[in-house]
Order: sequence, then C-alpha cells, then structure tokens
Amino acid sequence: MEHTLLDFNLRVMAPELIIVSAAALLVILELLLKESTSRNWIGWLGLLAVIAAGVSVGMEFGHPPYQILNDSYRVDSFSLAFKALLLGGGGLTILFSLAGGKNEQPKPKGEYYILLLAALLGGMMMVSSADLLALYVGLELLSLSSYILVGINKRDRHSNEAAWKYVVLGGVSSAFLLYGMSFLYGLTGATNLFAIQGKMVEMVATQDQAYIYVSLFLMMVGFGFKIATAPFHTWTPDVYQGSPTPVTIFLAVVSKAAAFALVARVLLIAYLPLVSTGAWNEIVSWLLMILAACSMIIGNTAALRQTNAKRLLAYSSIAQAGYVLVPLSTLGFVGFDLFPSLFYYLCAYLFMTAGAFAVADCIAKSCKNDQISAFAGLSRRSPWLAGVMTIFLISLAGFPVTAGFFGKFYLLTSAVGSNQAWLAAAMILTTIVSYYYYFEFIRQMYFRAPDLAAPRVSVSWAAWAVLAIGVTGTLALGLFPDLLLHELGKIDWHSAFAQAQNAIRQ
Amino acid sequence: MTSWVDWLPTLVTFFPLLGAVILLFFPRDLVKGHRFVGILSTIPSLILAIVMYQRFDPALNGMQWFKSVTWFRIPIFGGMPWEFHYSMGVDGLSLPLVVLTCIVSTLAAVASLYIKQRTKAYYALLLILQTGMAGVFLAANLFLFFIFFEVTLIATFFLIGGWGYLGKEKAANHFLLYTGLGSGFLLFAMVGLLLFFGSLDYSVLQERMAQLATQMALLPPQAQTMLWLIFISLLIAFGIKLPIFPFHSWMLRVHVEAPTPVVMIHSGILLKMGAYGLIRFGVGLFPGFMKEAAAVLSILGLVNILYGAILAFVERELKRVLAFSSISHMGIVLFGLASLNEIGLQGAIFQAVSHGLISALLFFLVGSLYHRTKTTLLDDLGGLAKTMPVLSGILMVGALALLGLPGLSGFISEFFAFLGLFKVRPIVASVGALGLILAAVYVLRFLLQTTFGPLKERYLNSLDIQAKESVPMFVLVGLIVLIGIYPAALGEPMHHTLQYLVAKIGG
Repeated sequence: MEHTLLDFNLRVMAPELIIVSAAALLVILELLLKESTSRNWIGWLGLLAVIAAGVSVGMEFGHPPYQILNDSYRVDSFSLAFKALLLGGGGLTILFSLAGGKNEQPKPKGEYYILLLAALLGGMMMVSSADLLALYVGLELLSLSSYILVGINKRDRHSNEAAWKYVVLGGVSSAFLLYGMSFLYGLTGATNLFAIQGKMVEMVATQDQAYIYVSLFLMMVGFGFKIATAPFHTWTPDVYQGSPTPVTIFLAVVSKAAAFALVARVLLIAYLPLVSTGAWNEIVSWLLMILAACSMIIGNTAALRQTNAKRLLAYSSIAQAGYVLVPLSTLGFVGFDLFPSLFYYLCAYLFMTAGAFAVADCIAKSCKNDQISAFAGLSRRSPWLAGVMTIFLISLAGFPVTAGFFGKFYLLTSAVGSNQAWLAAAMILTTIVSYYYYFEFIRQMYFRAPDLAAPRVSVSWAAWAVLAIGVTGTLALGLFPDLLLHELGKIDWHSAFAQAQNAIRQ
Repeated sequence: MTSWVDWLPTLVTFFPLLGAVILLFFPRDLVKGHRFVGILSTIPSLILAIVMYQRFDPALNGMQWFKSVTWFRIPIFGGMPWEFHYSMGVDGLSLPLVVLTCIVSTLAAVASLYIKQRTKAYYALLLILQTGMAGVFLAANLFLFFIFFEVTLIATFFLIGGWGYLGKEKAANHFLLYTGLGSGFLLFAMVGLLLFFGSLDYSVLQERMAQLATQMALLPPQAQTMLWLIFISLLIAFGIKLPIFPFHSWMLRVHVEAPTPVVMIHSGILLKMGAYGLIRFGVGLFPGFMKEAAAVLSILGLVNILYGAILAFVERELKRVLAFSSISHMGIVLFGLASLNEIGLQGAIFQAVSHGLISALLFFLVGSLYHRTKTTLLDDLGGLAKTMPVLSGILMVGALALLGLPGLSGFISEFFAFLGLFKVRPIVASVGALGLILAAVYVLRFLLQTTFGPLKERYLNSLDIQAKESVPMFVLVGLIVLIGIYPAALGEPMHHTLQYLVAKIGG
C-alpha cells in the first residue's frame, strides 16, 4: 500500500494541533474585535487551549515511541514529559498575565497571548524533534516569539532595551548553533539525528575527530546561551529584569526547559558514539561540568551584589541552570538514571521560580519600587504574601521540606555517584553562598520595619491562583516526592534515545 | 494491634507543631492567648516523653516504639529502587536527649515572658523549633534526621533575627552560614552513604557498614577514600554544631545576641545535636574509622577545653564568659567520645544532658539579670546578693554545678568522661584536667564579680525574681541536683545501648 508523508495517526500530534489551531483562531478573533473590547478573554481562550493540550499529552503517555514526518518528529515519553512541563509553565504564564490585566499599563493586547501560544508551540516542537532542521525551526519559533514578547511594552524603556539585547545576542547564539549544525551536516551528510548517530559510529572509529569537536563546541555556545549558563549568561539579568514579569516567567521556565530537552536530544543521540570511545567522559562531560560549575559559581556570587529583586532572581536562575546541568554532565558515569533527577528538578524549579517572580512582581507593582528594599516589613504589611514568598525562597535555597530540597538532593546523588566529588562540593558550597542572598528577602520581610508610607500590597485573585499553585507544587513535591517519582519511574528513558518505529513503515 | 503507644515518638515530635498551627488562627494582638497556647502546647510532649522514659525497657537492644512507613522510592533504572522510610524510634542514646529537649522547651516557653513583640510568630517558631529538635533525636532514618536538622536551623534563624538584641541580624546571618556549611557536609555524607548502602535507615546502615568493615581491605582504594571522605564530612558537620575549636565563632555571637529563651534552647539542646550526631553516626556507623580518629579528637577536645577556659577567664562580659565555658565543656564531651569505652561515652552523654540543664539555667538567669540591670558587663555588676538574694543564690548553684562540684550533675559527668579517657590516653587526660582547675577559677571570678563586692548604687532598687520566673529555675536546679546525687536515673536507660556500641568498636 502506498504511503504519503502525512499518512500518520493525527492523534499523536494532538497537543501541537490544538495549540496551532487555537493560535490561528485567536488571530482571527483579534482582528474582528473592536478596539475598545477587553482582550482578557483571548487570554482565557488561550489558557483553555493549553489545558486541552495538556490533557491530550496526558492521554498519550504509555504508548511506545512513534516517529512521523519522515523520522523528523518523534513522540515518546521523553518529549511527552517535557511537553507536560512546558504546558504547565505556559499555563501559569498566561494565568499570571491575566492577573496583571487590571492595573497593568498598557493592558496586554491580543497578540500577546497569541505570541505566547506560538512560543509554546516552538518549545513543544523542540522537545519532539529528531532532526536538526525541525529542531532549529522549533527553536527559532520560540526565540522570535519571545523577542517580541520581551519588548511588548512599547513605551517602556527597560523593556525595549531588554528586547534589543535579546534579539542581538539571541541572533548571535542562533548563528553559532547553526554553524555547528552545518559542520555536523558536512561531516555526515544527514540532518536526522539518528542518521548522524549512525555515521558518527563509523567516524569515531576511523577518522580524525577534530571536526566533530568543532561542531560540538560551536553548538555548545548556542546551547549555553539558550539555557542561560555562565559564561553565556550576560543577557539574562537585563532581559529578565526588563521584560514584563509573565514573560520573564516564561523565559525562565518554559524557554529554559525546552532548551534543556534540546541539549539532551542532540548530545545524547548525535554524539552518543563518543561514549563508546571514552571521548565522552574526557571531553563532553568535562565541558558540561565546567559550564555547570561556572554557572553555579558566577550565578550565585553575582547574585550577592544585586539590589533589584527581579535581577537577583535572574542570577539565581543562572545558578539553578548550573545545578540542572549536573546530571547531564555526569551521564557517562551514571547512565540514563539522570533523567528522573533532571526532570524532577525542572518541575520543582517551575513552581518555585514562577512563584518567586510572581511575588516580586506584585510587590514591585504595588510599591512602584522594584528594589529588594520594597519588601521591608512585608511580614507585617501582608503576612500571607510574606509567608508564601518565604516558602519559595526556602525551596530555592534548598531547605526541606520543599521541592527544591529534594530536587537538589536528587541531583547531588548523580554528582556524588559519578565520583566527581569536586562537582558535588561546588554544588554544596555555592548553595551555602546562595543562602545569603535568598535570605536577604527574608531579612527585609521579617527583620526590617515597614515603611509607613508604603502603599497596601494589592494582589489580584489570578496572582493568588498562581501563588497557590506554586506553593502547592513546592510543598507537595517536597513532602511527597512519590507523586512525581512514581510517574517518572514508569518512563523508559532509554527509548527516547533509540530509533523507533515509523508510522509509515507500519 | 496498633495502639497510640506505638506512635509515641511521632506524637512527641508533632504535638508542638499542632500548637503552632493552632496559633496561626489567633488574632495578632492577643498576647496572653499566645503565651497560653505556646506554653500549653509543649506540655503534651513533656508528659509523653516522661511516659516514654518510665516505660522504656533498658534491657532491650535497639530502637523501641519503632515505627517505619515507606515514604517514597527513587527509581533506579534496571535495579532495586531506593526506599525512603519515615521511621521513628528511641533507644538509650536518644532517650535522655529527648527528655531533655521536652523539659528545656517547656521551660523556655515559660521563660519567654520578656518577649513582648509579635508573640504569635514567636511562639509558633518556638514550637516549630521544638518539633525539629525532638525529631532530630527521634528519627531513625538519616534522611529524616537531616530534614528535622534543617527545620531547627530555619526556626532558630528566624528567632535570633526577629527577637534578638542589637546585633541580631549579623548573628542570625553567621548562624545561618556556619550551620548551613555544617549541613552541607552532612548532606554530602548522606548522599555518599545512600550511594554506598542504598538506604538511609539507621539499622540497615549499621548492618551493611558492619559487613563492609569486615572486608575493608578488599575494597578498591577509590571506595576507601570515599568512605573516609564521608566520615570526615560527618565529623566536620557535627563538629561545627558542637562547636569544635576553629568553627566556634558563630556560636559566641548567637549566645550574646539571641533572646534568652532561644539561648537556653540553643546552648541547652541545639549544641547537643552535635554530640548526638558524633556518637550516633561517628561511633555508631564508623567504629573502625573513629578508632583511628580518636587521637585527633582527644587533642581537639583538649584544645576546646583549654581555649574555652582561658578565654572565659579573660572575658569581661557575662554572656561571653558563659559561651566560652560552653566551648570548654563541649571539649569534655569530645574527651568522652575519644575514649571510645563505655564509661567515657556515658560521660559524653551525661555531660551533654547535664550541661544542657546547667547552661539553660545560667542563660536564663543572665537573661533575667539583664532585664533588671540592662548590662551584663562584669565591671558594671556587683553586690547583687544584697538586693536579689534568691537570684544570686540560684546563680551560685548553677555556677557551682558548672565548675563540677560533687553532688551536682556537672561533677558526675566530667568524672565519667575523664575516667574514660584516662584509661586510654592518660597524658592528654591529665593535661585536660587543668581545664577543671581553670573552670573553678573563671566560675568563681564571675560569681564574685556579680553577686559579691560593693553594691552599685543604681541597683539599690532592683527587684528580686518573681514567682513566675522562679519556676523554671527551681525545676532546673532540682534536675541538676537529682542527676548529681542519683546518676542512675540517667545512666540506667543508656547502659545497654552503649554496651552494644562499645562491643562493635572491639578491643
């Protein structure tokens, strides 16, 4: 029987199709609406689409891996898990944008939500691709949408500056990535990751490997930028500070998680043959470990000097990216057990980072002051908000009984398990340094007297909803790690990195 | 079959937390209500701890009222998952410290009458702190132990920073970073142990470690280094908490700046977590390694004893005198540990408990003294026996217990610890005995300068202690005397556990 390229079960693409059609529908709606009508309900429709996509992702779990579109796109438990995470982050972002709808000037427009959906779609494509071109298309969809999102407040100077920086540096990093990919294509003549892997097996055995490393290094620069690790982090504080906070949450959580999936896919499929020759442990691991250590050290020490709340949290997210790189970098020593710990930490990171940024935003908006000093005496001005922020901070700093603690403990097992005691030591010591700046918020909130002239902190109900989700997630994952661990244990991570049956060849 | 008695350790631990939750629903300015709930919530734990003490069977080995529930599993690809248990239990080692925790916590809650601001948050944190401390001693799983350990850290940070004296914020920061460093080491050791043994339950760890010890020589050198790293991390982690000499600066600050009840708890119990950890994990898990490290530990103990004693003699401020004397007395705990025989270990625990009681008493006295005189500088005090006879009298009892007067608890514990060390390292022990003489000197010095001598004019109208202040003081004095004249009350329950520990160390 004759098969065509598009001859596959559409059900496996349901999440992406839902988001695409929602975005398309919302564009048309936006055109038809009158100028004066509130755009809030476009956001609600977007949220609905995200939830629907999330449900369809949930229903896909448990099926064997499935490759479509000439092997360039695969649906496996790896990509599904990451899609669930991305949709969760995207949903929180939209919900929080709706929170700002009331007192934010200017009001978020319809295209804001549409761009968010487009960026989300790009992220979902990234985690599902098994082909360099599809990966790149997904990445650029995510990046281009986020460039606009960062600068969506046209009249805000900071937002403009952030967008400009993000475009220029993001463009450069994409160029690095593309250049690296071109080497890979030149060497192997293929763009499909598995085809590259097949060629690579022959190449590592015979040829000079210099070009393999050239491609790897170039790509690593691009990766480093996308996941915001030092020394490619310089854009992060400016962009995170200048963007509207929902966009910051999106960049810090969704964009970063998608980039991690991208790194894992490319490195663990295309470059996997290096493991067998031992070159992985000697070069790739070290490269990643150095990136991780740099991020932890630079992120955590630079955060010590920050006075702007969002900027401080930006540095904290650089440091957190370093922690998440740890299991990836020790892959050669501990094998595929790394994924549950990486994924667990990303989930914990989603809840606590989104929550902390959300609180910072509420304070900055109400007090018209984005410095940490705006938190002074918050425990007396608004005890619940202070309590919620404390939980996020304690989790970010890695104290029990929060998700951040268990996540860090879990990451540490892979660092110690690989016998890289220095990396474990770097993790622990930089964590202790981080206590100082995370607790700076707590000192302000609890030990300083409130400024009597400070206005009341107003928190809209949608912001409370985001905070409630964040707190629930942070505490639930910390108290009952089994909630997530049980699910993660069922996933066969190996299958995500092996050729799978193609829809057409069925 | 299960009755509530099986859950005794859990109940003792979590009753205070229940009180903290109840407090959350109180209005902010109902100070009397906060005090009432704050004190009352410590009582059930105290009663249950005493029940536990009475029903404890000293002849049994291992954990009693042991309960273990699977908490979560970490999946391992293609292998057995790591199981984490919620396990609680009590043995001869932890029982005395649990009882101590409950007593001192209740007394600290009673002694919090000088705290006038933000009482709701204060009592809630105090109760959370009690839950953390009781949990540390009652946990039967290292992971759980660590969690409770960190809970005490956070709660103490807030208590110091929120209600302390002038330099409170700095003290809180120091406390956070130093003890954070300690728990970092502990975390490393914990992860290492998990990777080695696949479990963090005390019983499993002990069993597998004992197996491993028999084939130590066969292990690859890398694994041996790793075990040493784990062991040293444990020593540093608990050494910072105790504190052992170069890591002590944070504890001075805390003792000077923290509010009185918190210092009572800190000096009375939190420091003892270091001693407990050293015995439980150092001696209990790594007897062979401990034997090799014993010489170093005894020297460190000597340094602590002499350094603390000499500086306590030079200091001109009462709180710092007592803080340095704490360092000196923790050196005696190290002595007991380093002896690695039953009598010495018994001395170490005796010293932990007895010093817990004595320092709680003394810091409470200093707190109420400060409340009246607004100074704790020795030069500004004097002749207080004339206007405050009761306070001065109790201060004298506490001070004499501190210097080790026979008939009080300090004597018996120092005696045991020194006796233990004399058996193995007579020279170090005899040099250390100098510390006892120095203790007599600095104790008498501060006692003379505060209570005797000419009365300063501005204290003419100072009032003696009130009835409600005196309750905790008399209870503590009573316990100090009790242990002094009837040490079996403390020694009986731990006898068997210690014998078992010593047997593992071997000849």
